[in-house]
Amino acid sequence: MFSNLPLFPEQASTIAKDIDLLFAFILIVALFFSVLIATLVVSFAIRYRRRSDDDVPEDVHGLLALEITWSLIPFGIAMVMFVWGASIFMSLSRPPDNALDVYVVGKQWMWKLQHMEGRQEINELHVPVGQPVKLTLTSEDVIHSFYVPAFRIKMDAVPGRYTYTWFEATKPGTYHLFCAEYCGTQHSGMIGWVHVMERAQYQTWLAQGGMETTALAPAAAGEKLFAGMGCATCHRQASGALGPALAGLAGKSVELEGGRNVVADEGYLRESILDPRAKIVAGYRPVMPTFQGLVSEEQLLQLIQYIKRLGSADQDAGSAIAPEAEVVE
Amino acid sequence: MTSIPAPRTPNPEPRRAHYLNVSYGVRSWLLTTDHKRIALLYLTSITLMFLIGSLFAVLIRLELLTPAGDLVQSDTYNKLFTMHGIVMVFFFLIPSIPAVFGNFLVPMMIGARDLAFPRLNLLSWYIYMVGAVFTLWVIFSGGVDTGWTFYTPFSTTAATTKVIPAALGIFITGFSSILTGLNFIVTIHRMRAPGLTWFRLPLFIWAHYATSVIMILGTPVIAITVLLVGLERGFHLGIFDPALGGDPILFQHLFWFYSHPAVYIMILPSMGVVSEVITCFSRKRIFGYSFIAVSSLAIAFFGFLVWGHHMFVSSQSVYAAMIFSVLSFAVAIPSAVKVFNWTATLYGGSVRLDAPMLYALGFIGLFTIGGLTGLFLATLGVDVHVHDTYFIVAHFHYIMVGGALMGYLAALHFWWPKITGRLYPEMWARIAAAIVFIGFNLTFFPQFVLGYLGMPRRYHVYPDEFQVLNVMSSAGATILGIGYLLPLIYLIWSMRYGTIALGNPWRATGLEWQTSSPPPTENFDHTPLVTEDAYAYGSREAHVI
Repeated sequence: MFSNLPLFPEQASTIAKDIDLLFAFILIVALFFSVLIATLVVSFAIRYRRRSDDDVPEDVHGLLALEITWSLIPFGIAMVMFVWGASIFMSLSRPPDNALDVYVVGKQWMWKLQHMEGRQEINELHVPVGQPVKLTLTSEDVIHSFYVPAFRIKMDAVPGRYTYTWFEATKPGTYHLFCAEYCGTQHSGMIGWVHVMERAQYQTWLAQGGMETTALAPAAAGEKLFAGMGCATCHRQASGALGPALAGLAGKSVELEGGRNVVADEGYLRESILDPRAKIVAGYRPVMPTFQGLVSEEQLLQLIQYIKRLGSADQDAGSAIAPEAEVVE
Repeated sequence: MTSIPAPRTPNPEPRRAHYLNVSYGVRSWLLTTDHKRIALLYLTSITLMFLIGSLFAVLIRLELLTPAGDLVQSDTYNKLFTMHGIVMVFFFLIPSIPAVFGNFLVPMMIGARDLAFPRLNLLSWYIYMVGAVFTLWVIFSGGVDTGWTFYTPFSTTAATTKVIPAALGIFITGFSSILTGLNFIVTIHRMRAPGLTWFRLPLFIWAHYATSVIMILGTPVIAITVLLVGLERGFHLGIFDPALGGDPILFQHLFWFYSHPAVYIMILPSMGVVSEVITCFSRKRIFGYSFIAVSSLAIAFFGFLVWGHHMFVSSQSVYAAMIFSVLSFAVAIPSAVKVFNWTATLYGGSVRLDAPMLYALGFIGLFTIGGLTGLFLATLGVDVHVHDTYFIVAHFHYIMVGGALMGYLAALHFWWPKITGRLYPEMWARIAAAIVFIGFNLTFFPQFVLGYLGMPRRYHVYPDEFQVLNVMSSAGATILGIGYLLPLIYLIWSMRYGTIALGNPWRATGLEWQTSSPPPTENFDHTPLVTEDAYAYGSREAHVI
C-alpha cells in the first residue's frame, strides 16, 4: 500500500552509491545522538520529577572532563564526515579525461543541450550507460541549477561563466531532470528527462539526427561563425597579425602583458571574446572590440569548440576541422 | 473552558502602581520610553506580522496538496513563498525574542531602570514600523516574487514585481536591529547592578550580548546589499549583472555574509531563554555555565565564517568550499555543547513539566534534529544532492521555527506572569505545547524525505510521486496551526480573566523575579545588590514577594 510512498531515490550513477553510503553514515550518527538526547531528557524528566516543592537538588554544576569529552568526540566524528564528503566533492569536480562533452544552456524556462556530434535537445538528454559525461553549463539569463536526483548531481548554470560537473550513468532508464535554483514564473516547469541508453542504442540515436538534420556539429558551426564574423582577419598564423594565433591555443598556458600566465581554458576563451581587454596577451595591443551582445551563448560555445579543435600550431586554421565522425569512446 | 479556575485575588491589596496602569491612552503608549512598554509595542506588531506570514504558509500548504498548480497561478505561488519568507524572517524571527523579551528583560535582569538609550529604543520600534508598513504596502499592492533571498541577476533584471520597494522595507527595518543591538551592548556593559560581574550574568544576557554583536556587524552588510540590488535595478549599475560586467555570485557572498549569521540572531536568544527555563524548572544551577556563555560568543564569531556553505554548487572554488565545510562543522560544536549541558542540568534536578518547561524541552528536541541535519548540509558530497531541495526547507524550519519559535513560546509563557501580572490556564498551555511539538514534526519531517528523494524547493507544480509526503506535510500543518492559535486565545483571555500572579510564581532566582508583577515603571524600588552566581537554586530558597 506504500508503493506510492518512496523513501529513497533511485541510484543511477557511479557517485550515487558513494553519496548514499555517506548519507547513511551521517544518518546513523544523527539517529544515535537524537535518540541519546531524547532518552536522557525524558528519563531525567521522569526520574528527577519534583516530588515536593521543598526539594533542594544536589548542586552539581559542571565537570571539565565531561565538557572536553563531549566537545572532542563530536568534533572527531564531524571531521570524519568532512574528509569523506570532501573527497567525494573532489572527485565530482574532476571529470575523467575520457568523458563525453555535453553543453548545457539554461534559459527561462528550458534546458538546451548540445552534443558535440551535432544533435541538439531541449529538456531531454540522451546519454550512453557506463560512459562518463562532462557537462559544461551556462545560462542566458538568470541562475538555474541542473539537478538529476537519481545521479545525485547538481550544478548551478550561472550567466557569464562556465560551470562543470560530470556523471557516469550505471543503468539504462529515464530519470528526472529538475531546475533547482528558483528562476521565475515557470521555475517548476523547467524540468525534463535524462534518458540513459545502451551504447549501441545511443549510437543509433546519435546517427539519426532526429528532426534537426541541418544542425552542424558545434565545431563546424563555429568555423562558419569564425569566418563570417571576420575573426581570421586578425587571428592569423602570419607574423605581424593584430591578434594572437589561435591554433593549438586551447589548454595551453598564455603569457599576458605584465608577466602573468593564465591557462587558456573555456572560461578564458569566453572572456577574451566578450571582454577582450580583461587579459591582453603579451606582445599584443588591446585593439579587439567586444562581442558582448553580438554572439549568443550557443554561438560562444561553437566558437570555443572550434578554437579547441584548431589542432596543433603548424596547422592552418582553415584545415583544422576534421569531419565530426569520431565519437569519444 | 470549565476547567479554568475563576479569577481570584489572593490578597486584596490597595491598587499598586505599575508600568501598565501608570498612565493610559494612546499617547502614553506611542510616546513611551519605558523599555517594558516598548517591548509590548513590539509584541503586538510582530504577532500581527506572524499572523500575516502564517496566512501565506497556509496558502502554500494548501496549494501543495495536489501536484498540479490548481489553487493559485505560478506567479502568485512564487509571491506567496517570497512574502512568507520576507515577513517571517525580517519582521518576525529577527526581532522576536530580542525586541520583545530582550527589551523587557535585559534591564530587569541586570538590575537597571531602563536601557541605556530609552529614546533610541522607541525610535527603533518606529523604524521597524515604517519598514513593516512599507512591506505590507508592497504585499497588498502586488507583492514581490524573487524569493526572500533576492538572488541576482533574477532580482535585478528578470523580476517584474516590486523588488525595489521590498528591498527598501528590509533596508529600513535593518536600522531597527542595529539600534536594538547597540542599546543592549551599552546597557550590558555600563548598567549592571553592583556585584553583577560578567560571570554572574544570566545566560539570557550572554545570548543577547552575542546576538547584539551579530546585529551590529552583520545588518549593515545586508542593508548595503539590498541597496545595491535596488541601484542595479533602478540605474543599471553593473554590480551583479554579468551583462553589465557584474558578478551574480558576489551577491550571494554579500547576502549570506549577513543571512547566515542572521540565523544565529534568531536562535541564540532562544538558547538564552532555554537556559533560564531549564534551570528554573529543575531548581538547579546550569551545568557548565561558562561553557554555555562562551559558546554563545563562539557561535557569533564562527557564524560569520561559514556563509560559503550556501554556495557549494554555485561555482565557488573547490578549496573555498572545503574551508567553508570544515568551519561549518566547527560551528556545530558549540551548539552541541549547549545541548549536552542543558541535558546534564536536568540530571539530579527537581523537575516540573510546566508549560514553559515543555516548550523548552521541545526546543531541545527540535533544535537537536535541526542541528544534526545541518551535518548533512555541511558535508560537501551530500550537500550537492540535497542543496535547494525540501531537505533544506525542513532543516531551516527545524532551526528557525522548531528552535527559535519554541524558545519564543517558552519565553512568552515563562515571563507572561511578569509582563501581565496574570497566570494563563496551565492545562491549556500544556496541551498547546504538545500540539505544537507534534504538529511541527508532522509538518516538517516528511520534507526531509521529500528532499532526499529530490523534490526541489520553490516548486509550484511537482511530479506525482511526491504527493503523499506533501499531503502528510499539509495535514501536519493543520495541527501545527491549531497549536499556534491556542496560546493566542488563552493568553489574551488570561489578560482579563487569568489568576493574579505573584511576583515570583515560579520561585525563580533572576533579578526580574525579585520585583512585583507587573513591575513598577522604574523596575526596582532600590537598586539590587548581587552577591551570588546566576541560578543559585541549590544554595538558598529564592524569596517570594
